[in-house]
Amino acid sequence: MNFASKEAPVVRYRKVSKSFGDLTILREIDLDIAPGEKIAVIGPSGSGKTTMARLLMTLEEPSSGTIEVDGEHLWHKNVNGKLVRADEKHLHSIRGKIGMVFQHFNLFPHMSILRNVTEAPIHVLGLDKEEAIDRAITMLRKVGLADKLDHYPTQLSGGQKQRVAIARALVMRPKVMLFDEVTSALDPELVGEVLAVIREIAAEGEMAMLLITHEMDFARDVADRIIFTDGGRIVEQGTPEQIFYKPESPRLQTFLSRFRAG
Amino acid sequence: MWSWSFTWSTLPYILDAMKMTILATIVGFAIALVGGLLLAMGRRSKNRLISLIFTGVIEFVRSTPLLVQLYFLFYGLPAIGISLGPFTAGVLGLGIHYSAYLSEVYRSGIEAVPRGQWEAAKALNFTRWTMWRRIILPQAIRPVVPVLGNYLIVMFKETPVLSAITLVEMLMAAKMIGAESFRYLEAFTLVGILFLILSYASSLLIRRLELKWNRT
Amino acid sequence: MVSVDLLPLLYQGAVTTLKVTVLSMGVAFLLSFLAGFARLSRRKSIRLVSSVYVEVFRGTSLIVQLFWLFYALPLLGIELTALAAGVAALGLNYGAYGSEVVRSAILAVPKGQTEASIALNMSPMLRMRRVILPQAMVIMLPSFSNLAIELLKGTSLVSLITMADLTYQGMILRTFDASRTFEIFGLILLMYFVMAYPLTLMMRWLERRFSAGRV
Repeated sequence: MNFASKEAPVVRYRKVSKSFGDLTILREIDLDIAPGEKIAVIGPSGSGKTTMARLLMTLEEPSSGTIEVDGEHLWHKNVNGKLVRADEKHLHSIRGKIGMVFQHFNLFPHMSILRNVTEAPIHVLGLDKEEAIDRAITMLRKVGLADKLDHYPTQLSGGQKQRVAIARALVMRPKVMLFDEVTSALDPELVGEVLAVIREIAAEGEMAMLLITHEMDFARDVADRIIFTDGGRIVEQGTPEQIFYKPESPRLQTFLSRFRAG
Repeated sequence: MWSWSFTWSTLPYILDAMKMTILATIVGFAIALVGGLLLAMGRRSKNRLISLIFTGVIEFVRSTPLLVQLYFLFYGLPAIGISLGPFTAGVLGLGIHYSAYLSEVYRSGIEAVPRGQWEAAKALNFTRWTMWRRIILPQAIRPVVPVLGNYLIVMFKETPVLSAITLVEMLMAAKMIGAESFRYLEAFTLVGILFLILSYASSLLIRRLELKWNRT
Repeated sequence: MVSVDLLPLLYQGAVTTLKVTVLSMGVAFLLSFLAGFARLSRRKSIRLVSSVYVEVFRGTSLIVQLFWLFYALPLLGIELTALAAGVAALGLNYGAYGSEVVRSAILAVPKGQTEASIALNMSPMLRMRRVILPQAMVIMLPSFSNLAIELLKGTSLVSLITMADLTYQGMILRTFDASRTFEIFGLILLMYFVMAYPLTLMMRWLERRFSAGRV
């Protein structure tokens, strides 16, 4: 398998490990994400897939290894040829290239829908209020919620909340978007509307996406590449064809058969 | 400035007065434990008037200062023919004041007893009294014991207010020493430190009991 | 009972009580946030200093602190007026309790809120100011109103360090006619209730208003 792209990868994990106390969640992960590439991560729960995304979003710090974003170290700074631990300022300068949508939405409950989406563009990117509102409305229209601007998160359904969360991340125009089991907390009948929005964004193509998901059909349709993790390692990766129809490792075969049975 | 020899010489007097502080705490708390339960049950009365009166008493006692309540008991009651000594008025004041707080604690405990327990007790045809004593209260009080313990400490720290009605507890003893020698610094500092030690030690004790309590 | 003749003096006292209450609330509010944030600091030394402050002022009695500031501190060369000592003692004491309210409220804001603001690349300051604090304030409101009532009641102790508050006026009036003591203190209790009860009602209203339907 060779996924080397002509372009330099936008994200590069090198020997990244993460443990909490005695518990090792990730073991020496290597992964390159090409610009615009859509990667779906599948695997049993506890296999470390969410942690992969959280390390890139700077929500957790890797125990060892390095992550590069656009050719720059994320968790480290180069000081006189030596890699030292990055400070908040450095993280801030790189983090803007990454966006994330969470399993539990994490909308700001004290802000209207519009303010949820304009807050960061105004106060982080420093956009004019008008411009931020323009951008926000465009994005909310795209996710089909332009009529809910003055509502508060509690007044929305789970699916609507998640679509707002997607709009909120998109207005920041990240180069890489992380979707962390974004449909797992939703009632089954609301999953479709969220997946439809993500499919649409994926089809536009310019943004790289890392989709951690249990929706196998969705992963197969949207992803350029599928990664199967288990026990903190990337056990197998390949095109959707290879992964779903010609799985090689016994662990992936078991995982998929369980899914088909269930 | 600070004299250690003077500090040591006052210590026996203050420790002696500590007995009164602790006695007042214990008696006051005993009154509050019983009074709080009565207030909590009175408030639950099916008779709306009784329930309203009890609610009013609880709110009133909670919203007014302990010091003024003590003055009322100690200086006010004699005017209508009821004379109380400083200790009696003091522990009564503390007891009544904290009854109002404890009634809320009991209430939360009683409300946390599952509906099914009441229904089961009724189904078994217990009398009202047996139902409260055997079924409801044991389940209601157990989970709130740590909260009650915290109130014991809070109340302990309020006992020096009783000095205002001439009860010779730690603060009053220190005040008397100060008035005699003009050395308020040592005496008051000592009282402060003793309160800190005692309340800190008892809060540790309660935390430990709480852990033990939760485990079983 | 004809209590009207008592009212002018009691009114004066109530004004002093309210003045001490408002000033102490200001100090306590400020200290609550200062010490509350300090206890969440990343620096161990700052955490240590603030927890010593909190433990000392919660572990000793308000009245002992009051007497110490008014009677003992002058012997160390620092002389405070009764008002200053009263406001300092009440402010420091309730600030210590308030800091616990601030600390626990900030910790009670769901972790996902912090994570979402990090994901939006908000700076720690911005995160605190626009995402965490507005939500934490709502959580603090009921406890703060409770503390406000306790503080109002606590001001009665300043009568013991010569301040002419409502309680003090009662003791003065009593010296004119001891037979009316029952009436005097009954009236004073009622006046405290009238000042404190609106705070209770406000608290209930706030609780009802904000507890409904938050995720």
